[in-house]
Amino acid sequence: MSEERTAAAPVAKPKNPKAKSMTMIGEQTDTLYENARLAKESGEKVGWSASIFPQEIAETLGLVILYPENHSAGIAARHQADPFLQECEGPLGYSNDLCAYAKVNLAYATVLKGNSSVELPDGGKMVKPDFLLLTNNICTQLTKWYENLAHQLDIPLFFIDTCYNPWDYVTESRVRYVRSQIDQLIKNLCVFTGKQWDEEKFKEVMKISQKNSYLWERANNLMDCKPSPLSGFELFNYMSCMVCNRGKESTTAILKQLNAEIEQHISDGSSTYPTKEEFRVSWDGIACWPFLRHNLHTLKEYGVNMVASSYGKAWAIEYDDLDGMARAYCFASTNGDNASTMISRRYEALKRFGCEGTIYHVNRSCKVMDCQMMEIQRQLSKIAGVPFTSFDGDQADYRNYSEAQFETRIQGLVEVMRQNKEEK
Amino acid sequence: MADLQQNLMRLKAACKNPRSQLDYYLKQGKKVIGCFPAFTPEELVHSSGMIPMGIWGGPIEPKLAKSYLPAFACPIMQANMEFGLRGSYKGLSAVIIPTLCDTLRCMTQNWRFGVTEIPMIPMVYPQNRESTASTEYLISEFEIALAMLATITGQMMNEKALCNTILIYNEHNTVMREFATVANEHLDIITPSVRHEVMKSAFFFEKAEHTTIVRDIIAKLKKMPAYKYTGKKVILTGITCEPNVLLDILQKNDIAVVGDDLVHESQQFRTDIPETGGGALKRLALQWSNRYGCSLIHELGKNRGQLLIDMYKKNNANGFINCLMKFCDPEEYDQPYLEGDLHKVNIPITTIAIDQQSTNLEQLQTRIQGFYELL
Repeated sequence: MSEERTAAAPVAKPKNPKAKSMTMIGEQTDTLYENARLAKESGEKVGWSASIFPQEIAETLGLVILYPENHSAGIAARHQADPFLQECEGPLGYSNDLCAYAKVNLAYATVLKGNSSVELPDGGKMVKPDFLLLTNNICTQLTKWYENLAHQLDIPLFFIDTCYNPWDYVTESRVRYVRSQIDQLIKNLCVFTGKQWDEEKFKEVMKISQKNSYLWERANNLMDCKPSPLSGFELFNYMSCMVCNRGKESTTAILKQLNAEIEQHISDGSSTYPTKEEFRVSWDGIACWPFLRHNLHTLKEYGVNMVASSYGKAWAIEYDDLDGMARAYCFASTNGDNASTMISRRYEALKRFGCEGTIYHVNRSCKVMDCQMMEIQRQLSKIAGVPFTSFDGDQADYRNYSEAQFETRIQGLVEVMRQNKEEK
Repeated sequence: MADLQQNLMRLKAACKNPRSQLDYYLKQGKKVIGCFPAFTPEELVHSSGMIPMGIWGGPIEPKLAKSYLPAFACPIMQANMEFGLRGSYKGLSAVIIPTLCDTLRCMTQNWRFGVTEIPMIPMVYPQNRESTASTEYLISEFEIALAMLATITGQMMNEKALCNTILIYNEHNTVMREFATVANEHLDIITPSVRHEVMKSAFFFEKAEHTTIVRDIIAKLKKMPAYKYTGKKVILTGITCEPNVLLDILQKNDIAVVGDDLVHESQQFRTDIPETGGGALKRLALQWSNRYGCSLIHELGKNRGQLLIDMYKKNNANGFINCLMKFCDPEEYDQPYLEGDLHKVNIPITTIAIDQQSTNLEQLQTRIQGFYELL
């Protein structure tokens, strides 16, 4: 039988060899989950954390931490979200209006607690947490999600309220409030986990984290070459090392490798973007994980490469002491900033990367991104003179996306970009 | 003293036409500040010599607002944006927007760029109230707001004025809580709509004025014999219970409201400002630390279910209506727990979707009828 199938199979299209940095990131992710499993087995406490929590704190304390947002994105990207979404909106009684990352995770947590029979496609590698680490610099919805997780799993929640930023800078009163919470959180975490805070180790972790932020930003910035050395969507694949392993040397190694690979492409005049780069665009919002392939395929048809994103660079967090950390984490996420800051960051990116258009992902999961997006679109398009389009999608819920709509919208954007190009 | 019906009509008129209240104060030479939901520190406005006026949406079809908010944004925010863009709030000297949810965060920016003739004052409350630094931080937020308010009046608020305002607001809270108790003895007069109007109208009057009116209503009610209500009694929980026609449906189905846990109503009056514990600004900040049982305020333990059970017992209610604001994620996270807690002790609860623009009332009528039978 197997011989017959082999014989009947079409000749496989030769694939580009997988970049070494990609293999490294796969290994790092496997290690993260394996460490969590081993920690659980040995009775050590394992935490779950919001994605823009100061990871350096947990790293300094030597805590094993997993990241629900990252995990839910992975489940969605592998098209495994459906049973979790059904479980959450069915037996658990949650509204389908909620963030799909949260819905997937709350259902997953229910399985870990033994109250649901949904099969875990990854064998439960996201092990049951003993505590939670929360910051709300991404959104206020995270606060509610983690409140519920803490109650559901009956575990403590360690929270740093980073406060929304309606101003163009982080007020000193915010820095003092956040710094005070950081100090208290470190003390509380030490008591809970039995770990000791080591200032020297923290300085070391901070150095690594700063190096990684620099390397991450550098890799993103290398996309300013024309044509771009990478297919922009590939950078999404590396986000896990900044989200989950920002303070680790393994991330330094991966990002050095990534930078070297990009530089090699630049010097060779090659690119991982599979076709001629006709248009360069920026992407606004979280990736539409369930349809990443369709997004890429459609964009490729028109030679559109995503060379800048508003999102991935949120993890390029720079500071050099705890006060600086407080300020940086208040200002890190583009979601926590006011419209002027958002617009200026995006404008700089459009200019730097030579973008000819912007694609806005109206992410049904994410009100904080969507509810001011239209004003951002108008202002940014006006000052940058760059057209835009938007499409309806979701970071993890496959039901909120239409392939036809995406294709039509991209087609429309391409027409305007082409016209602009011809007029130049 | 006006008679009972006159007073009730006055409050109803204010709810029906808040614009007339705004014009009334403007004609008196007062400046008026619009207060978005929820827990806006009205006291800062009041003590600065201005009138705080609540703006909680209303019946208006969003057209202009569609250029700012997606269809799945909170209906109250859609309405506020629409009114703002259409110029319905002309005359307000500023609005204060507390950023208690993701949509409200964005509203600060939409308003800032969309309704440029009415300045926006953001209010970012601390959510980690266990942190000792949260009070200091909140005081600094209040001070920023006060500085912005001073640019409108040309004068700084002073300690004495805020102390006086605090007395007025605490007294108002006491009177409103008393009204909620007394109203339950007179469910023939204090129908669901009337109760709602007495509560809601607090947003459209200077508070001492409102206290006088409501105190008068209470006095008149107390002189009347208690009414033996034979219908069913419910408690409302959620953000708000509007449009009014929804409350009329309750009345038509012999359902009275004997308590509420609505942010729009009793939650406003639930927590007093401490009488001691520091200067007036600090005490105002401590009120925030003392607030409880609201989906918009971070708390551990999911205690809202127990809070409702206690209200149920205290008010001899027959069940609950969860007024679930459409697209309100903070409420949606509380929903499974509060419903579950009530189900565990066999207290009936039904959840209805709240949308101030709602026109599908037949379905609601059927739903309420069914709930009545369950009660």
